[in-house]
Amino acid sequence: MQDVYSSKRMLRPALKVLSTLFCLSTTSVADSPTFSSPTNIFAPASTPAHSIFGLNLFVLAITGAIFVTVFSLLAYAVVKFRKRADDDGREPAQVYGSNQVEVAWTVIPILIVVVLFMATARVIAYVQMAMPENAMQVVAVGHQFWWEYRYPGANVVTANELHVPVSDPAHPTPTFIKLLSADTDHSFWVPRLAGKTDLIPNRTNTTWIDPQQVGLYLGQCAQYCGTQHAKMLLRVYVQSRSDFDRWIQEQSQPAHVSDTASEGRRIFESIGCMNCHAVAGTAADGRFGPDLTHLMSRDTIASGIAPNTHEKLRQWIQDPSTLKPGARMPAMGLDEPELNAVTAYVETLR
Amino acid sequence: MSTELIAWPRAPESSVPFVERLHGWVTTVDHKRLGLMYILYAMVFLLIGGIEALIMRIQLAVPHNNFVSPQVFNRLFTMHGTTMIFFVIMPLVFGFANYLVPLMIGARDMAFPRLNAFSFWLTAFGGILLYFSWLGANGLYGAGNAPDVGWFAYAPLTSRTFSVGHSTDYWTLSLLVSGFGSIGAAINIIATTLCLRSPGMTLGKMPLFAWLNLVMAGLVILAISPLSAAQIMLVIDRYLGGHFFDTQAGGSAVIWMHFFWVFGHPEVYVLVLPAFGIASEIIPVFSRKAIFGYPIMVAATVAIGFISMSVWAHHMFTVGMSSNANTFFVLSTMAIAVPTGIKIFNWLATMWGGKIEFKAPMLFCTAFLFQFLIAGLTGIMQGAAPFDWHLANSYFVIAHFHYVIVGGILFTFFAAFYYWFPKVTGRMYNETLAKLHFWLFFIGFHLTFDFMHIPGLLGMPRRIYTYEPGRGWETWNLIVTIGVVFQALGILVFIVNLLWSYFKGKTAGNDPWDAWTLEWSTSSPPPAYNFAVTPSVKSRRPLWDLKHPEDPDWRYE
Ligand code: HEC
Ligand SMILES: [Cu+2]
Repeated sequence: MQDVYSSKRMLRPALKVLSTLFCLSTTSVADSPTFSSPTNIFAPASTPAHSIFGLNLFVLAITGAIFVTVFSLLAYAVVKFRKRADDDGREPAQVYGSNQVEVAWTVIPILIVVVLFMATARVIAYVQMAMPENAMQVVAVGHQFWWEYRYPGANVVTANELHVPVSDPAHPTPTFIKLLSADTDHSFWVPRLAGKTDLIPNRTNTTWIDPQQVGLYLGQCAQYCGTQHAKMLLRVYVQSRSDFDRWIQEQSQPAHVSDTASEGRRIFESIGCMNCHAVAGTAADGRFGPDLTHLMSRDTIASGIAPNTHEKLRQWIQDPSTLKPGARMPAMGLDEPELNAVTAYVETLR
Repeated sequence: MSTELIAWPRAPESSVPFVERLHGWVTTVDHKRLGLMYILYAMVFLLIGGIEALIMRIQLAVPHNNFVSPQVFNRLFTMHGTTMIFFVIMPLVFGFANYLVPLMIGARDMAFPRLNAFSFWLTAFGGILLYFSWLGANGLYGAGNAPDVGWFAYAPLTSRTFSVGHSTDYWTLSLLVSGFGSIGAAINIIATTLCLRSPGMTLGKMPLFAWLNLVMAGLVILAISPLSAAQIMLVIDRYLGGHFFDTQAGGSAVIWMHFFWVFGHPEVYVLVLPAFGIASEIIPVFSRKAIFGYPIMVAATVAIGFISMSVWAHHMFTVGMSSNANTFFVLSTMAIAVPTGIKIFNWLATMWGGKIEFKAPMLFCTAFLFQFLIAGLTGIMQGAAPFDWHLANSYFVIAHFHYVIVGGILFTFFAAFYYWFPKVTGRMYNETLAKLHFWLFFIGFHLTFDFMHIPGLLGMPRRIYTYEPGRGWETWNLIVTIGVVFQALGILVFIVNLLWSYFKGKTAGNDPWDAWTLEWSTSSPPPAYNFAVTPSVKSRRPLWDLKHPEDPDWRYE
């Protein structure tokens, strides 16, 4: 080929880009504070997440080794076999193939695949088969854009904030979650606790967690479910046994209805709120929206997107689309006094 | 597009009135013109799909951004995905196959020229139908809107309960129509490669590009058929009272997933095999060596074709399949790494001991090797089902398949643009601009898609129009968005280069790369009849034999 192009000139920028990229990705990933994340899959805090984590490291090690090997060969070929400026213009020796080498690079990958496959199959069997005994049962129902949680034994229905007891590794008390959907597909993904499992209408799926540290674990819906898929956040509160028992005890009570907000209650029960929302112990028994019996015991509203404060509640009841455009709750067109009364009423639901 | 591209036997171009020339293009059955029309069509949609991506990236640059509404964002990612797969890469695949396969095998045209034209117009109509939804999808009420169910349109989001109006119908019909176009084009490619090879060109001497397109075409027929069936079932559900996917009436959402991915996974190979074909032509020529291990390259291709039919449910590791099913799909998925790995090693071995000249086509192919290696390895990570329970539907997956589709496929198609530009136009592209394009796009690609893996590992799911601050995703998303600017600049340089070179480029001659396959033996651009005399060949590199009578290939094959 005519008009030899000095390949050095283009090689240098290539190496520079590669090395900067490499430095950037290693140093900033490891050191920068932005890498610490409440939803990091590499910070497992529950058995299923731990066993997945172990497999991840193994797979990363093998794929990393393959990358280094093949990349080195490629880099060597690019540097070593590029056309020189003083090329004699003759064609290089033509090699058409070699059975030995080709058998080698067929057999070695097959062996690697076998190893990876066996390691993977073990973890699948472990996480999917290990139906933990003495597990606590929770039913999670995905709704367009919020989560319903039921505790079958305890007669508790709540929304958006899942409470589970901490699991002592010596005496594990795992939580076994049955996953259902009321409308479209959703996916339950709290990365520090377990991998994701979809919630699919007309189908029962299951997952389990046994978090070993008290605290709040975050996640969010991971299967596109409609307009507000982005704001369908997950919050899992892991509590000590005694805190959890107290919480269950409180949640199983009917609503604490005081007379101070009777005007708000009257409106709530006459304009349609009660068609979608349930308040145990009152006439409201709608199931389309979250159960509000103990609304004020929750930290957040509307699937974790806003803190449960007076202002946000009021704004939500006035027009949900200002916080979550596309949410399945309509603006009810309340005037000022009505809005204040209804807000005051729901604020008594603790 | 002017018709000067192709020698027109009747009269000099300039004297033919514009409308007549246009008529000539619209009614053409010439494989070269149809090929160019496919490619031009793909380029237009590449710009549209790219703009959609740009808008999404602006929205995601910072948390709680308010650049577009959630409704618009959801339409954007649906349209972006559908456009890029069905109306950019597919037409590019068929465009290059159409233009090159007959030339490479020494044929006069495709086997069924009129079916060829029909297929192109079906595909073209499909894309127009999809985009007409912006105007027409809400029926007569004026305001239309685009589909917003995601490019794999999981049930029951597509049911009339959740998708009112007609946006989903536009999506369905558009893919149905263009799917028939694809099947027509595939039948044509199969018939052409099997029946029209020039004398002496046994299947074992057919250029790898033609081989890969042959296997691709077989996969198209196997993959598009279930997709079309599923689309028809969806129409029955929506309008004729069927309940295939209608979960409220006992239908199954999971059945749709199976139908879609039985199409969806082979589709990946439909797109990537032609890219392999391009790399298998360009790497030898710029390394000045014969392809290493031709027979095993063919065998690996056929193996990939077969295995790719059995891996689909690795897109479904999170839908709650039994552990046995999950385990099976782990095995089949990892098995496909073996023939793919063989290909990478053979390309490396082709470069090994060569005299590699890094002109633009080779630069793009080298970057392809590097990026496809990474894409393959992140693919293995996701093939390990438990790892995928985290990665599925996260930004890691988005990064992975853009590594395949952009870093692997689009890069090789850029290589192909530059490599065959002199053949198609008779003029040489501008090497400096091409290298600028390469570096801009390379840097942009890596800024965007390297860093996109990280938020996925930190728990960021796909298809969210905004995200919460404080999850460690902000920095990465900003970098990802910045990368898009470089990519856009790269594309701009690319287009400028094509236009400038088309009008002002140096005359290229018939064989500027000193290459070895038959298309370089005819004039540039090739005449309507391709070859004045039907070529006859004795080896895989007929032009090498011609140039090296002292040491011809057929002695070794
Ligand atoms: C058409 C059904 C519907 C009606 C009527 C309705 N809501 Fe809602 N409501 C919902 C849905 C659905 C949600 C969950 C929205 C989300 O998070 O996406 C919700 C959420 C709420 C929440 C937040 C609950 C939580 O725990 O996050 C409150 C409070 C609330 N609604 C109060 C009211 C009041 C007060 C009224 C009457 C003025 C009302 N709703 C009327 C459907 C309805
Ligand atoms: Cu969801």
